[in-house]
Amino acid sequence: MVKVNGKPEDAAGRTLAQYLEEKSFDFKRVAAELNGDIVPKAQYDTTVLRDGDELEVVSFVGGG
Amino acid sequence: MSIPTREQMLAAAVSRHGEANQRAISSASVAICGLGGIGSNVAVALARAGVGRLVLADFDRVDVTNLQRQQYKATQTGMLKTQALKENLLEIAPYIQIVTHNIRLTDDNVRTVIADSQIVCEAFDDAQCKAMLAEAVLAGYTDKYLVACSGMAGFGSPNAIKTRRISGRFYLCGDGISEVGEGLGLVSSRVMLCAAHQAHTILRIITGQTDV
Repeated sequence: MVKVNGKPEDAAGRTLAQYLEEKSFDFKRVAAELNGDIVPKAQYDTTVLRDGDELEVVSFVGGG
Repeated sequence: MSIPTREQMLAAAVSRHGEANQRAISSASVAICGLGGIGSNVAVALARAGVGRLVLADFDRVDVTNLQRQQYKATQTGMLKTQALKENLLEIAPYIQIVTHNIRLTDDNVRTVIADSQIVCEAFDDAQCKAMLAEAVLAGYTDKYLVACSGMAGFGSPNAIKTRRISGRFYLCGDGISEVGEGLGLVSSRVMLCAAHQAHTILRIITGQTDV
Protein backbone atom coordinates (compact mmCIF):
# COMPACT_ATOMS: atom_id res chain seq x y z
CA MET A 1 0.00 0.00 0.00
CA VAL A 2 1.07 3.56 -0.74
CA LYS A 3 -0.31 6.34 1.42
CA VAL A 4 -1.48 9.08 -0.98
CA ASN A 5 -2.51 12.33 0.69
CA GLY A 6 -3.05 10.35 3.88
CA LYS A 7 -5.18 7.57 2.35
CA PRO A 8 -3.95 4.05 1.54
CA GLU A 9 -3.97 3.29 -2.18
CA ASP A 10 -3.02 0.20 -4.14
CA ALA A 11 -0.35 2.00 -6.16
CA ALA A 12 2.84 0.11 -5.36
CA GLY A 13 4.81 -0.98 -8.44
CA ARG A 14 3.55 1.81 -10.66
CA THR A 15 5.69 4.75 -11.66
CA LEU A 16 4.63 8.14 -10.36
CA ALA A 17 3.78 9.12 -13.95
CA GLN A 18 1.51 6.08 -14.35
CA TYR A 19 -0.25 6.75 -11.06
CA LEU A 20 -0.85 10.45 -11.78
CA GLU A 21 -2.10 9.66 -15.27
CA GLU A 22 -4.48 7.02 -13.92
CA LYS A 23 -5.91 9.59 -11.51
CA SER A 24 -6.22 12.17 -14.34
CA PHE A 25 -3.88 14.71 -12.79
CA ASP A 26 -2.56 17.46 -15.04
CA PHE A 27 1.21 17.00 -14.58
CA LYS A 28 1.94 20.65 -15.29
CA ARG A 29 -0.14 21.81 -12.30
CA VAL A 30 1.14 19.22 -9.87
CA ALA A 31 3.75 19.24 -7.12
CA ALA A 32 4.44 15.73 -5.83
CA GLU A 33 6.37 14.85 -2.71
CA LEU A 34 7.49 11.31 -2.04
CA ASN A 35 8.45 10.57 1.57
CA GLY A 36 8.92 14.30 2.19
CA ASP A 37 11.05 15.07 -0.87
CA ILE A 38 9.78 16.83 -3.95
CA VAL A 39 10.02 14.75 -7.11
CA PRO A 40 11.14 16.84 -10.11
CA LYS A 41 8.83 16.38 -13.11
CA ALA A 42 11.71 14.98 -15.15
CA GLN A 43 11.79 12.01 -12.73
CA TYR A 44 8.06 11.13 -12.77
CA ASP A 45 8.70 8.42 -15.38
CA THR A 46 11.50 6.75 -13.46
CA THR A 47 10.17 7.07 -9.90
CA VAL A 48 8.59 3.78 -8.84
CA LEU A 49 6.12 3.79 -5.93
CA ARG A 50 6.86 1.16 -3.28
CA ASP A 51 5.00 -0.43 -0.40
CA GLY A 52 5.02 1.90 2.59
CA ASP A 53 5.76 5.05 0.57
CA GLU A 54 4.01 8.25 1.52
CA LEU A 55 3.02 10.40 -1.44
CA GLU A 56 1.62 13.93 -1.26
CA VAL A 57 0.12 15.28 -4.47
CA VAL A 58 -0.76 18.96 -4.61
CA SER A 59 -2.72 19.96 -7.68
CA PHE A 60 -2.68 23.74 -7.87
CA VAL A 61 -5.74 25.70 -9.00
CA GLY A 62 -5.45 29.14 -10.59
CA GLY A 63 -5.91 32.44 -8.77
CA GLY A 64 -3.67 34.67 -6.77
CA MET B 1 5.27 66.53 7.24
CA SER B 2 7.69 64.46 9.25
CA ILE B 3 7.91 60.71 9.49
CA PRO B 4 8.98 58.61 12.47
CA THR B 5 12.67 57.78 12.73
CA ARG B 6 14.01 54.29 12.09
CA GLU B 7 14.57 53.92 15.86
CA GLN B 8 11.01 54.95 16.68
CA MET B 9 9.54 52.48 14.22
CA LEU B 10 11.77 49.67 15.45
CA ALA B 11 10.86 50.41 19.09
CA ALA B 12 7.15 50.28 18.23
CA ALA B 13 7.62 46.91 16.52
CA VAL B 14 9.73 45.52 19.38
CA SER B 15 7.09 46.51 21.92
CA ARG B 16 4.50 44.43 20.04
CA HIS B 17 6.50 41.48 18.74
CA GLY B 18 9.18 41.10 21.42
CA GLU B 19 12.87 41.81 20.99
CA ALA B 20 14.05 38.38 19.83
CA ASN B 21 11.19 38.00 17.36
CA GLN B 22 11.74 41.47 15.94
CA ARG B 23 15.46 40.88 15.56
CA ALA B 24 14.66 37.85 13.41
CA ILE B 25 11.96 39.70 11.46
CA SER B 26 14.16 42.75 10.83
CA SER B 27 16.99 40.65 9.45
CA ALA B 28 14.79 38.44 7.24
CA SER B 29 14.57 38.51 3.47
CA VAL B 30 11.44 37.23 1.73
CA ALA B 31 10.99 36.82 -2.04
CA ILE B 32 7.44 37.46 -3.27
CA CYS B 33 6.79 35.94 -6.70
CA GLY B 34 3.76 37.56 -8.30
CA LEU B 35 2.36 40.91 -7.16
CA GLY B 36 -1.38 40.49 -7.65
CA GLY B 37 -4.03 40.12 -4.98
CA ILE B 38 -1.95 37.69 -2.95
CA GLY B 39 1.54 39.11 -3.45
CA SER B 40 0.64 42.76 -2.89
CA ASN B 41 -1.29 41.97 0.29
CA VAL B 42 1.45 39.69 1.64
CA ALA B 43 3.99 42.43 0.94
CA VAL B 44 1.99 45.03 2.88
CA ALA B 45 1.58 42.73 5.89
CA LEU B 46 5.28 41.84 5.95
CA ALA B 47 6.39 45.45 5.50
CA ARG B 48 4.16 46.52 8.41
CA ALA B 49 5.59 43.75 10.56
CA GLY B 50 9.06 45.14 9.92
CA VAL B 51 10.55 42.51 7.62
CA GLY B 52 13.95 43.93 6.70
CA ARG B 53 14.10 43.07 3.02
CA LEU B 54 11.55 42.17 0.38
CA VAL B 55 12.30 40.94 -3.12
CA LEU B 56 9.38 41.74 -5.43
CA ALA B 57 8.95 40.05 -8.82
CA ASP B 58 6.26 40.61 -11.46
CA PHE B 59 6.18 41.52 -15.17
CA ASP B 60 2.78 43.19 -15.17
CA ARG B 61 1.41 46.71 -14.98
CA VAL B 62 -1.39 47.97 -12.73
CA ASP B 63 -4.72 47.65 -14.54
CA VAL B 64 -8.18 48.93 -13.64
CA THR B 65 -9.30 45.32 -13.10
CA ASN B 66 -6.70 44.94 -10.31
CA LEU B 67 -7.97 47.75 -8.12
CA GLN B 68 -10.85 45.87 -6.46
CA ARG B 69 -8.46 43.57 -4.59
CA GLN B 70 -4.81 44.47 -5.06
CA GLN B 71 -2.84 46.98 -3.00
CA TYR B 72 -2.56 49.64 -5.70
CA LYS B 73 -4.22 53.00 -6.12
CA ALA B 74 -6.29 54.27 -9.03
CA THR B 75 -3.61 56.91 -9.59
CA GLN B 76 -1.09 54.11 -10.23
CA THR B 77 -2.97 52.59 -13.16
CA GLY B 78 -0.48 51.83 -15.95
CA MET B 79 2.57 51.72 -13.67
CA LEU B 80 4.76 48.64 -13.36
CA LYS B 81 3.51 46.66 -10.37
CA THR B 82 7.04 46.37 -9.00
CA GLN B 83 7.43 50.15 -8.99
CA ALA B 84 3.91 50.92 -7.74
CA LEU B 85 4.16 48.45 -4.87
CA LYS B 86 7.65 49.64 -3.93
CA GLU B 87 6.28 53.19 -3.75
CA ASN B 88 3.38 52.10 -1.54
CA LEU B 89 5.53 49.97 0.75
CA LEU B 90 8.02 52.79 1.27
CA GLU B 91 5.17 55.07 2.36
CA ILE B 92 4.20 52.45 4.96
CA ALA B 93 7.69 51.33 6.00
CA PRO B 94 10.26 53.90 4.87
CA TYR B 95 13.30 51.99 6.13
CA ILE B 96 12.58 48.65 4.45
CA GLN B 97 15.00 47.39 1.79
CA ILE B 98 13.23 46.53 -1.46
CA VAL B 99 14.65 44.77 -4.50
CA THR B 100 12.50 44.65 -7.64
CA HIS B 101 12.62 42.31 -10.62
CA ASN B 102 10.42 43.40 -13.48
CA ILE B 103 10.41 40.05 -15.27
CA ARG B 104 8.13 37.15 -16.10
CA LEU B 105 9.47 34.37 -13.88
CA THR B 106 10.35 31.13 -15.59
CA ASP B 107 12.26 28.01 -14.68
CA ASP B 108 15.33 29.62 -16.28
CA ASN B 109 15.45 32.90 -14.35
CA VAL B 110 13.69 32.20 -11.03
CA ARG B 111 16.88 31.29 -9.17
CA THR B 112 18.35 34.77 -9.58
CA VAL B 113 15.24 36.22 -7.91
CA ILE B 114 15.01 33.86 -4.94
CA ALA B 115 18.73 33.24 -4.33
CA ASP B 116 19.13 35.66 -1.39
CA SER B 117 15.87 34.90 0.43
CA GLN B 118 15.33 32.15 2.97
CA ILE B 119 11.58 32.17 2.37
CA VAL B 120 9.75 32.28 -0.96
CA CYS B 121 6.11 33.36 -1.20
CA GLU B 122 4.35 31.86 -4.21
CA ALA B 123 1.72 34.37 -5.30
CA PHE B 124 1.19 33.61 -8.97
CA ASP B 125 -2.19 33.54 -10.66
CA ASP B 126 -1.36 30.68 -13.03
CA ALA B 127 -1.47 27.08 -11.73
CA GLN B 128 1.42 25.89 -13.90
CA CYS B 129 3.62 28.73 -12.66
CA LYS B 130 2.78 27.71 -9.08
CA ALA B 131 3.93 24.14 -9.77
CA MET B 132 7.08 25.42 -11.52
CA LEU B 133 8.05 27.53 -8.50
CA ALA B 134 7.35 24.67 -6.07
CA GLU B 135 9.81 22.48 -7.93
CA ALA B 136 12.39 25.27 -8.26
CA VAL B 137 12.37 26.03 -4.52
CA LEU B 138 11.98 22.55 -3.08
CA ALA B 139 14.14 20.57 -5.52
CA GLY B 140 16.64 23.34 -6.20
CA TYR B 141 17.51 24.11 -2.57
CA THR B 142 17.75 22.23 0.70
CA ASP B 143 17.19 25.16 3.05
CA LYS B 144 14.53 27.42 1.54
CA TYR B 145 10.90 27.48 2.62
CA LEU B 146 8.00 27.78 0.17
CA VAL B 147 4.72 29.33 1.28
CA ALA B 148 2.30 28.81 -1.61
CA CYS B 149 -1.42 29.34 -2.27
CA SER B 150 -4.12 27.39 -4.05
CA GLY B 151 -7.86 28.10 -4.04
CA MET B 152 -9.19 31.43 -2.79
CA ALA B 153 -11.64 32.63 -5.45
CA GLY B 154 -15.30 33.49 -4.95
CA PHE B 155 -17.63 34.22 -2.04
CA GLY B 156 -17.11 30.89 -0.26
CA SER B 157 -16.76 30.56 3.49
CA PRO B 158 -13.83 32.41 5.02
CA ASN B 159 -13.29 29.41 7.29
CA ALA B 160 -12.48 27.16 4.34
CA ILE B 161 -9.17 29.01 3.89
CA LYS B 162 -6.54 27.03 5.77
CA THR B 163 -2.79 26.60 6.06
CA ARG B 164 -1.37 23.12 5.63
CA ARG B 165 2.21 22.02 6.01
CA ILE B 166 2.66 19.59 3.13
CA SER B 167 6.16 18.68 4.32
CA GLY B 168 9.11 20.20 6.14
CA ARG B 169 9.65 23.25 3.91
CA PHE B 170 6.38 23.38 1.96
CA TYR B 171 3.32 25.23 3.27
CA LEU B 172 0.09 25.62 1.30
CA CYS B 173 -2.66 28.15 2.05
CA GLY B 174 -6.16 28.36 0.58
CA ASP B 175 -9.18 26.09 0.28
CA GLY B 176 -7.45 23.96 -2.37
CA ILE B 177 -10.37 23.96 -4.81
CA SER B 178 -11.84 27.41 -5.58
CA GLU B 179 -10.29 28.13 -8.96
CA VAL B 180 -10.68 31.37 -10.84
CA GLY B 181 -12.86 30.83 -13.88
CA GLU B 182 -16.17 31.39 -15.53
CA GLY B 183 -18.47 32.90 -12.92
CA LEU B 184 -15.91 32.67 -10.10
CA GLY B 185 -13.79 35.76 -9.64
CA LEU B 186 -11.39 36.87 -6.96
CA VAL B 187 -12.99 38.80 -4.09
CA SER B 188 -10.83 41.21 -2.11
CA SER B 189 -11.68 39.95 1.36
CA ARG B 190 -11.15 36.26 0.60
CA VAL B 191 -7.91 36.97 -1.26
CA MET B 192 -6.76 38.99 1.76
CA LEU B 193 -7.63 36.06 4.04
CA CYS B 194 -5.40 33.77 2.03
CA ALA B 195 -2.66 36.40 1.85
CA ALA B 196 -2.91 36.85 5.62
CA HIS B 197 -2.47 33.10 6.09
CA GLN B 198 0.66 33.22 3.96
CA ALA B 199 2.08 36.36 5.59
CA HIS B 200 1.44 35.00 9.07
CA THR B 201 2.98 31.64 8.19
CA ILE B 202 6.05 33.47 6.87
CA LEU B 203 6.36 35.46 10.12
CA ARG B 204 5.99 32.26 12.14
CA ILE B 205 8.76 30.58 10.13
CA ILE B 206 10.99 33.63 10.59
CA THR B 207 10.43 33.53 14.34
CA GLY B 208 11.12 29.82 14.58
CA GLN B 209 7.54 28.56 14.85
CA THR B 210 7.52 26.11 11.98
CA ASP B 211 4.49 24.07 13.05
CA VAL B 212 1.01 24.92 11.77
